[in-house]
Amino acid sequence: MSETPQDLRYSESHEWVREESDGSVTVGITGHAQELLGDLVFVETPEPGSAASAGEACATVESVKAASDVYAPVSGEVVAVNEGLADAPELVNESPYGDGWLFRIQPSDTTQLDALMDADAYSAKVASES
Amino acid sequence: MTLKTTPLHAAHQRADARLVDFAGWEMPLHYGSQIDEHHAVRIGAGVFDVSHMQVVDVCGGQAQALLRRLLANDVAKLRTPGGALYSCMLNADGGVVDDLIVYFRGDEGYRMVVNAATAESDIAHMRAVARGLDASVAPRPELALLAVQGPEAVAKVAPLLPGRLRTAGELRPFHAVWGEEWMAARTGYTGEDGFEIMLPAERAEGFWDALLRSGTRPIGLGARDTLRLEAGMNLYGTDMDESTTPLVSNLGWTVAWEPPERDFIGRAALERQRAEGVPAQLVGLVLGGRGVLRGGTRIETPAGDGTVTSGSFAPTLGVSIALARIPAASEAPELTAHLRGRTMPVRRVKPPFVRHGKSLLD
Repeated sequence: MSETPQDLRYSESHEWVREESDGSVTVGITGHAQELLGDLVFVETPEPGSAASAGEACATVESVKAASDVYAPVSGEVVAVNEGLADAPELVNESPYGDGWLFRIQPSDTTQLDALMDADAYSAKVASES
Repeated sequence: MTLKTTPLHAAHQRADARLVDFAGWEMPLHYGSQIDEHHAVRIGAGVFDVSHMQVVDVCGGQAQALLRRLLANDVAKLRTPGGALYSCMLNADGGVVDDLIVYFRGDEGYRMVVNAATAESDIAHMRAVARGLDASVAPRPELALLAVQGPEAVAKVAPLLPGRLRTAGELRPFHAVWGEEWMAARTGYTGEDGFEIMLPAERAEGFWDALLRSGTRPIGLGARDTLRLEAGMNLYGTDMDESTTPLVSNLGWTVAWEPPERDFIGRAALERQRAEGVPAQLVGLVLGGRGVLRGGTRIETPAGDGTVTSGSFAPTLGVSIALARIPAASEAPELTAHLRGRTMPVRRVKPPFVRHGKSLLD
């Protein structure tokens, strides 16, 4: 079982969120999510500058097993995407909380962050599902 | 339901396998990365535990007569002990009840390897047809089955075989040697050189460990599927089943029509289908773009719609490939896949896609 970093917040749909010092949030998929998917072969990230809506599909990760939508944990503007994943989707498997990040959003409503889980709650959810 | 396990279950756990339910067996899907495992077989050597597949011995004075009735290919082609052939076993409608390899073992009769999911029904069917014949149908659950595949497989395996089998490295493809309850066959399901090895279950773990010490990588069922798909080989239950004949499954070459008097089960139905015109064909596809063709993906052709039977990302090629059943009348080289609400171009190719580590695509 992969470690769940304590300093991140987590969604029901297995995204992680890190609050950056400039007020934006970085989003990726959790170690648990990439384990379930298996080796990723394609990652489709949103256009920088596009609008993201909380709970709606914002990116797609496709593995040897299946294609899955990645949902925006908060609403706002997509301010950056991880361009490196186009040629190296395996970064998501190798480093889901580091080099395998997917996109960054400038949130329009930071109270949406309060609805996310902390690491302990997310770990408990994963344990209850397995 | 309790899953069945192979003699190598503990070895898989030690190798950190991700274990999944496969046809009622708890089997390794991968040992970390299925793509790394795929490449290891294309460039080095990998070992697969396929002990869930069933070895079945067919013996007796009428063993050949039984198999000539049961199989669409003709075991009478096997004149020299050690020879093997691939065949479908059909029902009366010409539908495929299983695909298998059968080995001729001279005075010791014939040995077949059948799929895990169909083993029980295959044996019942074979015994029913054997009734009244001097032929026995005996499953050999006490044997483990390992596949060692890749350009380095022969060099890794040969020194580990018992004395009588040391000559296995000189075997021609589709030939086998046996002795001391072991059997080594130059067959496989990857498009690479290598062996399939049957051995007593209690010897399996020692052999497995020796292979791993020699640098052979353990390979899970995930990579087994992408390797066989690149090699253009059908998967039973996915690319063909009881509702499809060999003629609509790109397996016409495995049907022995000669001699015409050999009355194998399903023959009349196949002859009828051939005379009336075969309705569909199984073809290879290459996706032109980023995405993955998967089983069930709709394929649009000028002659009507078809369906992907098995599709995946092809690690050797870096693109998605598939086998798809499309209308027989479809001849267009460029088709359209409907993928997740989008359309993408697909190019029709003749399988295999990869052979001996090299792309066969233009």
